Amino acid sequence: MSEHSTYVPGTAVEKWLDDRLPVVRFAKEHLMDFPTPKNLNYWWTFGAILVMCLGVQIVTGIILAMHYVPNVALAFDSVEHIRRDISGGRVIQATHAVGASMFFVALYIHMFRGLFYGSYKAPREILWILGVVIFLLTTATAFMGYILPWGQMSFWGATVISNIFSAIPLVGDSIKQLVLGGFAVGNPTLNRFFSLHYLLPFIIAAVVALHIWALHVPGNNNPIGVDVKDSRDTVPFHPYYTMKDLFGMVLFMIPFAWFVFFAPDILGHPDNYIMANSQVTPSHIVPEWYLLPFYTILRAIDFNILFIDSKLGGVIAMGGAMACLLVVPWLDTSKVRSGVFRPMFRWFYGLFVINFIALMYLGAQEAAEPYTTLAKVCTAFYFLYFLVILPVLSRIETPKPLPTSISESVLGNKAHA
Amino acid sequence: MIGAGNMNMHKLIIAAAALVAGLAMAPVAQAAEAGPHPERQAWSFGGIFGTYDTNQLQRGFQVFREVCSSCHSAHLLAFRNLMDEGGPEFSEAQVRALALEYEVNDATADGGRRPAVPADRWPSPFASDQEARDANGGALPPDFSVLAKARGVKDPFPTWIFNYFTAYQEGGPDYIHALLNGYHEEVPEDAPHSSDGTPFQLPEGKHYNDYFPGHAIGMAPPLADGVVDYAEAENGTAVPETLEQYSTDVAAFMMWVAEPHLVSRKQTGFAVLIFLVLFAGLMYGTKRKIWAGIEH
Repeated sequence: MSEHSTYVPGTAVEKWLDDRLPVVRFAKEHLMDFPTPKNLNYWWTFGAILVMCLGVQIVTGIILAMHYVPNVALAFDSVEHIRRDISGGRVIQATHAVGASMFFVALYIHMFRGLFYGSYKAPREILWILGVVIFLLTTATAFMGYILPWGQMSFWGATVISNIFSAIPLVGDSIKQLVLGGFAVGNPTLNRFFSLHYLLPFIIAAVVALHIWALHVPGNNNPIGVDVKDSRDTVPFHPYYTMKDLFGMVLFMIPFAWFVFFAPDILGHPDNYIMANSQVTPSHIVPEWYLLPFYTILRAIDFNILFIDSKLGGVIAMGGAMACLLVVPWLDTSKVRSGVFRPMFRWFYGLFVINFIALMYLGAQEAAEPYTTLAKVCTAFYFLYFLVILPVLSRIETPKPLPTSISESVLGNKAHA
Repeated sequence: MIGAGNMNMHKLIIAAAALVAGLAMAPVAQAAEAGPHPERQAWSFGGIFGTYDTNQLQRGFQVFREVCSSCHSAHLLAFRNLMDEGGPEFSEAQVRALALEYEVNDATADGGRRPAVPADRWPSPFASDQEARDANGGALPPDFSVLAKARGVKDPFPTWIFNYFTAYQEGGPDYIHALLNGYHEEVPEDAPHSSDGTPFQLPEGKHYNDYFPGHAIGMAPPLADGVVDYAEAENGTAVPETLEQYSTDVAAFMMWVAEPHLVSRKQTGFAVLIFLVLFAGLMYGTKRKIWAGIEH
């Protein structure tokens, strides 16, 4: 991966450093000269936006941790103390809370972009799997972060979700007790979740480094999914994509700032402004919006299957839904990467997107008809898409003819426009 | 061919993104007994340009102090907050004098009590939650510190989608205002029947309220026309001493207690958004210039 280095140390000091630790050479190769397909559209800026999101969460989180108190008696008021009495605290706290939602907006867009353009296909399977690992780690981090303000939804969300562990046969209860540090959500839970919530972002950052490494081996996929043929298909990452990504980031910060400054609580639940109370159960326990699709799948299995009771069945379904993402490179065997050239795939992909949004909507509804039936239908389609539709389409679909190269497709675009 | 494909893809994803944004906080389906929908009030602090009305906060504080605070605590409200910019903006002398009227617990003072200073928090009317319950027929009067944000209004589709774009954050004060005006002396005839079809039964010591979940609220109607004397302005104009006026003023005050930095937050927001929009414009121009020679 260092064949495209054009770095020539300019001074004796740079030469000295380059012989010992070639960080400048590395940065020039990977952040400046890296050959990048010239036809990437704006959906490709979300990778850089996600790096920004992680940075924002880490910086605001470190500041919040200086003032936050992980104790059941003090946590709720300490968050209010940050909002009320710390200089700029209201904005820092709101940025962190809204930032979690914005992180997932970018994360889902990034993943759905990969699913449409076939970015998971060879030779990018490891790159995709590392991405799914980042998604799972981020989900865990966000979930534990939501416990920390110690409001009613924090407490009851933790209670409901930690019950997932108790569904595991034989060892379930032991695992649940280990996770919670007791028989129910309490002070030990808050302490360990705070500790892990501080730890996991740095592990995510490490996996992000691997993700980018895995990206820089085969290079970027692109909207037509045709491999880079020669240097006419690419531009150096800097200044072309540094500039485009920076513009994408600034654009993304506009809705981000809108929520932080004008509606910081609209993405949360009013019940989380009530301090956690183990004696009072909220009328509806709703996880944060970004967990809802998987929460719907968890709840959709409300019937026993042979010797598997509904609770374990739900956990298996939810785990399976995530596992589908991990193995999708081997489920979709179509040689054509980009959905642009797959006339049948595009329709099913569109349905999958709508279905995912429906799963999200259903997760916030109460467990009653017609929602329970709809949840089953949508859950079934989710699995059908990965396990049946993608493998079958790969065999029966006739893709449209592919352009021979990125350059040709770019010129074709101009001619039509 | 490729161009058309991309266009469809873009439309699809943009439509999907809009839906995701809308459904993000899909409201939980309303329980049947939740009652009528609180009416939206014209709050001075509503919308992105809204700021608190100092006079209204001062009146609301008066209602809180003379009526609500005999049962409700506000343990995160400090006397000094009352002189903060963007709040009720009492003078320092007023706040010092006010604090002196109250006593607070202090283990290091003679007898464990001393007169309050501006740095002290608002003293709670009861020594413990249990004492508060005992004095209120078993019901705990909730603390006012963040109460206005702990209540909300669930809007039907598609109103809640618009709320993201209007930044509607006043569900709490709307609910509080509605609650204070929602009492009935007798159980009304259209009160919901219980699940087995029997007419509504109001438990002993409870009061019927249109907006309280389940309709049976422990709090007796706290406000009525004329219970608080508002001072006349210097030019002789008087604020009406009505339940409607009191409830609006105290709900506004409670919103300030819950969100004291609302005004400075929005002010910063304008600076940030204007900067970001201009910066994005410059970035776009730079990006176009850099890419000008590249077919892409």
